[in-house]
Amino acid sequence: MLLAFPALAGTYHTQLLTYGLTLAIAALGFNLLLGYTGLLSFGHSAFLGAGAYSVALMMRYLGVSSMELFILGGVVCSAALAALLGVVCVRHTRIFFAILTLALSQVLWTLAYKFFWITGGTDGLRVPFSQLSLLGGLVRFPGADAFPKFITSYYYYVLALFCVCTVLMWLIVHSPFGKTLQAIRDNETRARFLGVRIWRYRWYAFLVSGIFTGLAGILWVPLNGLVTPDVLYWPQSGKIVFFAVLGGFRNFTGPIVGAVLFNYLEVYAVAVTQYWQITLGVILIVLVTFLPAGIVGSAVRLGAKLK
Amino acid sequence: MTLLRTQALKKHFGDTRAVDGVDFVVNEGEFLSLVGTNGAGKTTLVNLISAFLLPDSGKIFIGDRDITHAPVHQRIRAGIARSFQLVNLFDDLSVLDNVALSIFAREGKTRRFLAPAERDAAVTQEASGLLEQFGIGAKAQATARDLAQGERKLLDVAVAYALRPKLLFLDEPTSGVSTRDKAQIMDTVSSVVRGGGITAVVIEHDMDVVFKYSDRVVVMHEGRFLADGPPEEIRRNSDVAKYLLGTDV
Repeated sequence: MLLAFPALAGTYHTQLLTYGLTLAIAALGFNLLLGYTGLLSFGHSAFLGAGAYSVALMMRYLGVSSMELFILGGVVCSAALAALLGVVCVRHTRIFFAILTLALSQVLWTLAYKFFWITGGTDGLRVPFSQLSLLGGLVRFPGADAFPKFITSYYYYVLALFCVCTVLMWLIVHSPFGKTLQAIRDNETRARFLGVRIWRYRWYAFLVSGIFTGLAGILWVPLNGLVTPDVLYWPQSGKIVFFAVLGGFRNFTGPIVGAVLFNYLEVYAVAVTQYWQITLGVILIVLVTFLPAGIVGSAVRLGAKLK
Repeated sequence: MTLLRTQALKKHFGDTRAVDGVDFVVNEGEFLSLVGTNGAGKTTLVNLISAFLLPDSGKIFIGDRDITHAPVHQRIRAGIARSFQLVNLFDDLSVLDNVALSIFAREGKTRRFLAPAERDAAVTQEASGLLEQFGIGAKAQATARDLAQGERKLLDVAVAYALRPKLLFLDEPTSGVSTRDKAQIMDTVSSVVRGGGITAVVIEHDMDVVFKYSDRVVVMHEGRFLADGPPEEIRRNSDVAKYLLGTDV
């Protein structure tokens, strides 16, 4: 069904789903920290922004147009940022971890504003799809009327990467490494007395999480066509938390469903009412109050009860 | 042969002398019980040896190696493992995963991230075998939090045992369980630990359990050793009777 989606749903809905899939990659990365390591980050906009700005800066200052090079450069930048921030953050847990990640991401947001001669400030940096090439230059989109072709091609590109990321994350969370993270989440003291070096494993998780979210930022920016400091601002981190809460962060597929669904919710809420933030706020309150396990988590529980 | 020894080990909490210049020796292959009233310093002593706490002064040796300032992971590598007074498990993981994780940690495989843990047949097989030995093999796929208290106690010991330590500290392995379960737990633990050739130090309050299972008993009182010897000698010791049992010999 996903393969036939562009033919069945048209350009607009394909574009929406592509957005959803990129955000789902971010949600997968975020949930390695929240769902599997027990660390709530309020600063994942930093990695989304690092990925997005890497693409824009490479295009603007290095003349790069290859998506594969963007991915390579962006992943390196996101990994470097995650490695650095991780050293500071993973020695703390709970509210202290959340506040530290939030504070550090806001430092990046400020830098993106202040270094406007590099980042374009509030005007941001454009990443036009017409200058983009996929698969080592095999697929290009010259001319303004190439937009539908870009969306269709880019959808399949993102879908392929989404599948790779999903398989990779599934392997990670089911591996001895993933089990170790879950052990740290469940009982840090006992994990320490098995010889697990807690900070080190949290740092690894932070690094992987940052890379996944950075990749999401890399894939997101050609769709958006523009990157501004807003991508680094804290509400963006809040949205990523929302994905996990919406779908349910104690199961593997929850954040994926949450990200895709949130994207549709936001688009339609904005279209229906100017008070769309209130609509999303109410949904969040209802979720936390009545479905704390999220949509997927609640469905799984219901299924188990019916059995 | 001496496996572990402490030298004038001291830990004070304000005016409380939890461990007060203790020289503790554990010999290879023995099943030793550490007993004493509440606040005698038993758990603090184990906490110091296992690096849960740092001593104020004194030294800790495993063999000839000074591990006084070694962090937890180095002490585990040196052969020390422990269980806890309150059951300390990975509650959301399966019973099998709890033990498998211990084996992965021992084998240095916890960084492997590109294959499901279940694919490691050697680890899964060893974990299943251990659970069978501890009598909870039938619960391998259950979530740890769903076990009964007695089973949780056994799993707690199994997780520590799976590290295959030279020296295993068991902090009140029978606390909070019924008298019938107590005997069953101690029978199982004693048989597995002795069968595995592992030296064990058990903190225990129940003197019937202590006298039945121990090769040697060390009695603590107010941070110091009151008596040290085989169970029969400890049973006849007038100081032990006075301070620990509250009776005359």
